[in-house]
Parts: sequence; structure tokens; C-alpha cells
Amino acid sequence: MKKFFALLALALSISIANAQVAKLPSVQLKDMEGNTVDTGKLNNDGKPIIISFWATWCSPCKKELNNYAELYDKWQKETGVKIIAVSIDDQRSVTRVAPYVNSVSWDYQVLLDSNKQFALALGVNNVPHTFLVDGKGNIVWQHNNYSEGDEEELYEELLKIK
Amino acid sequence: MKARVILLSFVCLLSIQYTKAQENNAPQGQLRGNFQLLWQQYTEDSTIGAVVPPPKTALNAFGNFTYTYGKFTGGVRFESYLDAIQGYSVGARYKGTGIGNRYAQYKTDLLDITVGNFYEQFGSGLALRTYWEPNLGIDNALDGARVVLTPFAGATLKAIYGHQRLAFDSRIVNSESIVRGADAEFNINDIVGAIKTANRDTSSGFESSKLKVILGGSYVSKYEQGGILEVDSLLLAFPQNVGLMSGRANVYYGPFSIYLEYAHKVNDPSKDNGYIYNKGEAFFANASFSKKGFGINAAAKMIDNLSFRSNRDLSLFDVPINFNPALTKQHTYNLAATLYPYATPLAGEVSYMAEVFYTIKKGTALGGEYGTNITVNYAAANSPDVTPLEGRESLINGYRRNSLGFGDDKYVRDFNVEIKKKLSKKLSLAATYYYLEFNTLITPVTNDFKGLLFADIQVLEVNYKVDSKNNFHIELQAMQTEQDKGDWATALVEYTYSPHWNFAIINQYNYGNSKEDKRIMYLFGTVGYINGPTRISVGYGKRREGVFCIGGVCRAVPATNGFELSITSTF
Repeated sequence: MKKFFALLALALSISIANAQVAKLPSVQLKDMEGNTVDTGKLNNDGKPIIISFWATWCSPCKKELNNYAELYDKWQKETGVKIIAVSIDDQRSVTRVAPYVNSVSWDYQVLLDSNKQFALALGVNNVPHTFLVDGKGNIVWQHNNYSEGDEEELYEELLKIK
Repeated sequence: MKARVILLSFVCLLSIQYTKAQENNAPQGQLRGNFQLLWQQYTEDSTIGAVVPPPKTALNAFGNFTYTYGKFTGGVRFESYLDAIQGYSVGARYKGTGIGNRYAQYKTDLLDITVGNFYEQFGSGLALRTYWEPNLGIDNALDGARVVLTPFAGATLKAIYGHQRLAFDSRIVNSESIVRGADAEFNINDIVGAIKTANRDTSSGFESSKLKVILGGSYVSKYEQGGILEVDSLLLAFPQNVGLMSGRANVYYGPFSIYLEYAHKVNDPSKDNGYIYNKGEAFFANASFSKKGFGINAAAKMIDNLSFRSNRDLSLFDVPINFNPALTKQHTYNLAATLYPYATPLAGEVSYMAEVFYTIKKGTALGGEYGTNITVNYAAANSPDVTPLEGRESLINGYRRNSLGFGDDKYVRDFNVEIKKKLSKKLSLAATYYYLEFNTLITPVTNDFKGLLFADIQVLEVNYKVDSKNNFHIELQAMQTEQDKGDWATALVEYTYSPHWNFAIINQYNYGNSKEDKRIMYLFGTVGYINGPTRISVGYGKRREGVFCIGGVCRAVPATNGFELSITSTF
């Protein structure tokens, strides 16, 4: 009898675990090579995703993403996280995104949101604004500012959901 | 035992079926949003000529709510201006409390349809850009319908129809003009791939080529009730339907990328161009090359009479349909960004810019332990090469453009160099130098000087991370000029106690002003608290008059003195 209930519990928990996946809003953005990316289909095979909104004119944003770049290898090995850097540079500065990103050698996926459509859909007021998304598509943490040392808090949150 | 196994398998099957049913029939609803509140209090201050409105306080606030349920999304925004903060509501366009934006959207992989308010940009924005910039007071949303079709991979077709938002008076106030447009964009590589897939052709060809080509075109037209323009002895009819068309091409090849665009607008006499019947034209070209550690970006632009609004008699921030940004670099340091920021004049300009990004590798003598970043940027703009017309012709056509080259009037020269270096785990520096030539007749940012202004600006930024919790950020800026208000110096000290607290003081001192009583110190302090997506900050002090810009759109801010409270959050 005990065995039966244990197996039943297992069966039910499998079904609950496969329940609804929260989705990020769906907006068509371009990457730096001109390919169209649907933000609603962003995924990392069940592993966490960090979505960080930035702009080439935003100094704390660049500081944040350059600091993450130094830790990216370590974070990826420990948690499999993927960082997606979404630039809100509009037409005035969008052409400097690719030359800048390559000059600082970021390994991130960079998306161009030049009319702030994805930013609007996620409720982003100002940059920098960084979201931590778990393997199921839920936003589990977000932060609207960056100051040296803040990456430690993000790392702790990452470890909680890996 | 057999019975139990059968029963258990049955239960498992049922639960799997239940889950599948949930996935197929009942999508999850999700509510997202944000809100922002800015409150200012104004005190008399004759030394800086502070503006004090009768209520002595002002409040800007908004709250967005977006609800997504499967393929449907609905959104609403509440806005409140009681009254709008100083400098925000040019022409009293923001008053009262109510709904400022509402829409419903249905989106699948093939079709995306929105009714209500929407924001859209065609290509680079030269034909159409409706967007929202609440920090600046820009909202030219279209109120109508938008359809986006993706019939096959690589093709995106858009169509829009609507009235543009002109103002907010406890509810949305739209222009009566009708704006309609269509845009088509084709990613040639993806289309070739889609055709091959349809024909079950598995050979390799252009779809996987290193050369990528994207072509696009837009047509936007506005209808505004006409009338008669009386010029001298002439009676001219205003065109009621004005169209703007543009074509663009994007080419990517490995580390190279090129962008070309051409736009043409039919005759559109308006306040912006002095009511002349010239057509409008624009050429834009951009080329960039980037690889690890190095990037170069260059652009050239000719804009002639391409201001395009829903209402021909309005100006400044009112109902612009398209977007004409300047090529100069967007500066962020206080003295470089808020005193003489350049914006493309409405009548047009001819400009070019070039920029180099370089990282000196870490481990080398010059690069140091962490590497050194260098950015060099140069931009120049002049009037278009035009000849004013004489006599009766000049009443209708104002001028004739001769070429794509520079005209006689210098508008701006902006040269800047920035060097960033991390010296140790705790200390990093950034040093920037600017040389600026700025025509204050064309970009009227000051009433104290009309002519060509020359300025040198130096900035030193230091970041000192004491330990994982305590961080200091210091900026020292200086500007030397013999025109306008003379020399300035700015000092900013910011202390952060990670992860929640932030304290900052900024002092701007116009020590070089030729008028002794204008040599004023503008001291302003803030205390901020941050927790995740919520930011609360309180400030007090003197705010200098200046120009506040985002993306090349600038708003003049008057001098004020007093308290300030700002709250922003996302949920």
C-alpha cells in the first residue's frame, strides 16, 4: 500500500512539474547580424537566463556588463546561465553597438530594441535594468541600477535557482 | 499486484492527459507593469532666477498595466500631471489625471494585430517613429490599428492607420489628421531558404552565405485638412495628402556592415520650413567594421526639409511623425551633455562622423593588468549647400539645393577622446577630452550668446571600490570657453553602500562668467534607496538651467531650487 501511494505521489509530482511555463513577452527584435529574434521564444534549455537592458550612452550599464564579462566563464560553468544584453540605443546610437560590443569582446547574445518595445513590455523605465529568468521562464529577480559590487547579489540569486 | 500496477498506470495516464489539456486549452494569464512618480517643490531663488509656479509644487506620475493571456495582450496606462514638472509641458500639453494609453493585441507567428494606441518604427525612423520617452515628455503614439504579417520566413509586412497623440488633458487628445503607412522588409537569405525548403531543395546556397542582405521600403502619408496660404499676391493651396517614401538596404559580410537609406517627401509647406513648397530629401549611409578588440564606425547624412508632422502649423515636440537624430555622439557627462548639446535642425543639415573603439590588450605594457579602452570620435555638421531663390520663385520655393555637400554655415564640430583603464581590483579611471565648436544661432540653447562658440572640456572619472560593500564614484569636470557664460567646473561625489543605499552630491560652478553676480554654485544632493526593481530617491538643492536630451531630442529645463522625490518600480 505504501509503495502504491509513493508511486502515485511520484506520478502526480511529474505531472505538476510539467505544468505551465511562464512566457516572456513576444517582441520581434534584431541581433547584430540582422537576424530577427522573437523574445517570446528565448530559451536556454531549462537553465537560467540573465536579460540586461543597456545602452552605449549608459555608463553604469557598460560597467555592469563589463564586470559580468569577467565572471561569465565561471557563472556558465557553475550554472549554465546565458546572458542576453538588450540594447535600447535608438537610431542615434544603434550603429555604434556592434563596434563597441566587439571592441570590449563580449560573448553575450546582443539584441537591438531601438524603439524600446521589449523594454516597454517588461516595464523597464530606466537603464540599467537586469532580470534573472529561471529555467521555466519566470522572472525571479530584477534590479534597476548598477553599482560596483552588485554582481555578488546576482550571483547569489543565480545559485538559488540553478 | 497486477491490479495496483494497472491502477497506477491509469492514474499516471490521467495526470499526463490533464497536464496536456492544461497546456492546450488554458494559457496562463500574466500581469506586468511599472510606475514612476516625480514630485518637485519650488523655492524662490533670485540668484539663479529660479522659476516658481503658483502651486509651488509639481507632480508627474504614471502607471502601466499589461495583461497577457495566451496570444492576447491588453494594456492601459494612467497618467497624472498635477501640474507637470517645470520644463516638461511645453505648450501646456500635459494636464490632469486619466488614461493616457490603452490597447488590445492579438499575436501569432503569422499575424500580429493591435487596436488602440501603439508605438512603431519603420526601419531607422526616417519615415515613421512613434515612441514614448516619459523622462522627456515625448509621446506621439498612434491611436488606431496596426497589422504585422509574416507570411513566410524573411518577410515582414506592416500597415498602420491612426491619429497621433498631441496632448494629454485628463484623457488622450489626438491630432485630427490621419496618418497611414506601410512597410515591407525582406531578409533575402531567409527568403531563399524558405523557397528552397518549400521545394524540398536541400542544396546549400545563398541562404547560408556569409553575405547577408536585407531590403526594405516604407510609405507614410498624412491627411490634414487644407486651406489657402496667402503669400504676397499669391493664393496657394495647402496639399491635404502628403506622402513620404523611403528605401533601405542592410548588407552584412563577416566583420563588415553597411546601411544605406534614401527618403523622399512631396511638397509639405509647414511652420517648420517657412511654408515653402520644396520637396524633402534625405540620404543616409553608415559603414562599420568590428572584430575582437577593435571597432570602427562611420556615417554620412544629408537631410533637406524632412520634418514631417501631423499638423503643419505646430512645432517643437508636437506630433512629429518621423525621427531625425543627429550624428554627434550622445554625451553623458554633465558639462558636455547639458550646456551645448547638438540636435539636427528641422530645415536640415549635411553631416558626417567617424568613430574608433580600441582595447589595448591586458598583459601588455600600455594595456596594464586589465586592458585599456580607447574611444576616439569626430562629428561635423554644416548647413546644406543651398542657394536662396529671388523674387516670386522664392515665395513658393525658398531655395534650391545645389549638391550633397557642405553649405556655408558651420553648425557643429565635436571631437572627443576617452581613455578607460582599470588600475587594480579597487581602482579604475576614465579620462575624456572634448573640443567643441557650436553654432548657438542654429541650436538656440542660450540667450547670452548668438554665434559660433568654442569650448574645451576635460573630465576625470574615478571609481574606488573600498570593499564589496563600500564604493566611491567621483567625477571632476572643467570647461573653458570665451563665449556665452564663460568657464564652468563640476564636481560629483557618489557613495554607494551595496546593495541598497546611495548618496550623491553634485556642484556646478560657473566661476568664469564675465558677470560677477552670475558666478553661482549650483549645489544638489540626493539620497537613494534601491531594492530590486524599486528605486526611491530624495534630492535637494539648486538645479541649473540647461538642456536635457535623450536620443537627440532635447528639452530645455529652467533653473529651480527645492526638494525632489522620485519613486520608480516594476512588477
